[in-house]
Amino acid sequence: MVSLLKMPDTLSKPVSREMEAPPETTGAEIKIDIEDVDFAYGNHQVLFDVDLDIPERAVTAFIGPSGCGKTTLLRCINRMNDLIDGARITQGSISINGTDINTPNVDVVDLRRRVGMVFQKSNPFPKSIYDNIAYGLRIAGVNKRSRIDEAVEKSLRSAALWDEVKDRLEANAFGLSGGQQQRLCIARALAVEPDVVLMDEPCSALDPIATAKVEELIHQLKRDYTIVIVTHNMQQAGRCSDHTAFFYLGRLIEFGSTAKIFSNPSEKRTEDYITGRFG
Amino acid sequence: MIAAPSNRGRSNFFERVIFWGFRLATYLILAAATYIFLDIGIKGSRTVFTSAAPFINFKFLSEPPQTLYVFDYHGKKMTLSDREFRQWKTTHPESVEATSIAYSAGGIWPCIVGTALLVIGSMTLALIIGISSAIYLSEYSRNGPFIRLVRIAILNLAGVPSIVFGLFGFGLFVIFFGWNVSLLAGWFTLGLMVLPAIITASEESLRAVPQGLREGSLALGATKWQTIRKNVLPYAMPGILTSSILGIARVAGETAPIMFTAAYAMRDEMPWQVPHWTDFFFQGVMALPYHIYVVSSKIPQNEYTERVQYGAAFVFLVLVMLIALTSILLRERTRSRLSW
Repeated sequence: MVSLLKMPDTLSKPVSREMEAPPETTGAEIKIDIEDVDFAYGNHQVLFDVDLDIPERAVTAFIGPSGCGKTTLLRCINRMNDLIDGARITQGSISINGTDINTPNVDVVDLRRRVGMVFQKSNPFPKSIYDNIAYGLRIAGVNKRSRIDEAVEKSLRSAALWDEVKDRLEANAFGLSGGQQQRLCIARALAVEPDVVLMDEPCSALDPIATAKVEELIHQLKRDYTIVIVTHNMQQAGRCSDHTAFFYLGRLIEFGSTAKIFSNPSEKRTEDYITGRFG
Repeated sequence: MIAAPSNRGRSNFFERVIFWGFRLATYLILAAATYIFLDIGIKGSRTVFTSAAPFINFKFLSEPPQTLYVFDYHGKKMTLSDREFRQWKTTHPESVEATSIAYSAGGIWPCIVGTALLVIGSMTLALIIGISSAIYLSEYSRNGPFIRLVRIAILNLAGVPSIVFGLFGFGLFVIFFGWNVSLLAGWFTLGLMVLPAIITASEESLRAVPQGLREGSLALGATKWQTIRKNVLPYAMPGILTSSILGIARVAGETAPIMFTAAYAMRDEMPWQVPHWTDFFFQGVMALPYHIYVVSSKIPQNEYTERVQYGAAFVFLVLVMLIALTSILLRERTRSRLSW
């Protein structure tokens, strides 16, 4: 019997190993080195042999259809998956600046301070705008008012939110619009001065104008930060990333410069996905 | 035209019987509640309110219970409280045949104080232990056979009859720990009794805090405890407290757990009249529910006992209603303030 839900032929082909070495990134410094990672939730394996070098001070986008493992991989980078019962890397390693982040002597709290994260659903704390930004500093033990003031202004400026909220820093963050809330979350992540900022579909709940603002922001931030962004939006990946990784069914299908992936992908499956033939 | 089914009439009748069955069941609740509130309200307000200004019988609220003396004096029926009777005797030296009725004069002030002390102590204990274990269960523990066992234990604890709690408290705190009939024994007994309700309410409130707040905090480099203390507990606390106020009504209302562990039928000193401050914890107190029990079943009943019985029940009912009302008002306020 023939399955009615047959995949395009190209998708069932095995992954060829050659294309996994991305020549485009060899010039830049490698910030995050993901090596042959297998990942499972309990007995359910969701990542297969993912090997990826994420360059420093650039935007790397993870794209792929829902359930392909891109968010899981993102959450491995700051070990957010530790919170989930039975979720673990079964094979391979992830290193940041050459240090394996999953060894027992790595302090996960310290790791998360250096690897910030912005979530799909904006999650401002039910506090004032000021206290939202100050939160990360205060838990890190910074209590000096002047230093917090300075950091609040600086990170709100970097998140292009300062002019909109400078007169109401003491107002509750819930009063901001959706786009402002998401930029507040970005500002909050920046306030603790991380090396890497992970963004999990940061614009999925935003309207086009708010999305444009966040994208513009991402573009500016890459001067100082290594950014990894998960997105469902192909145009967004094309607009704001330097490198793109395409995932499908838990495997990395292709990784290369965004220009190449979008104009001349070496894999048929990448092309099919980008042109919207499936996904 | 479609012919009506032949049993249409019977099924219609059946439907009506069912409908009236349910309806009457509902009305029965209303009738019972109305009867209780009217009966206690009307008879109780005769004790608690007065026809002349200031309309509230403050003596009943502020005096200790006294013995009531009833006697005939030159054909006139006299009802005097213990203190009044002794004073009266100083001016009337002739001897009279007086009937004494225990606890039926004076007021219920020591009972109100005792109940308040029992509530404050046991709720403090129950909140500290209950919130701690709710935090453990909802934030730290991972689901496994042991945690399932703990949850079954909590459920079972909630189902233990209050008299069994009373006997348990008597055996453990009063006898084994040697605390005697005391506030401390009452606090622990009542605290344990209300613990399951507090744990369940706290867990619910903790779970209502969105996961995003925890992840957001952890992603900023907060430790687990920092996250709970600064970004989970403050938002769960209003819910925990308002749900716990209903626990107060339960603690204040139970008679069985305190009758062997903390309650005295009669005590002349007020709780703060103790020789040394440590004695405060090891003294028994009078309590409203126990007092109602005593005046309703431990003394011979006659027309003079009704005053205190209904008065105490009325005050008690009003207090519990006020507590419940506070809880509802607080909940409405926090609901509108913390909504995600």
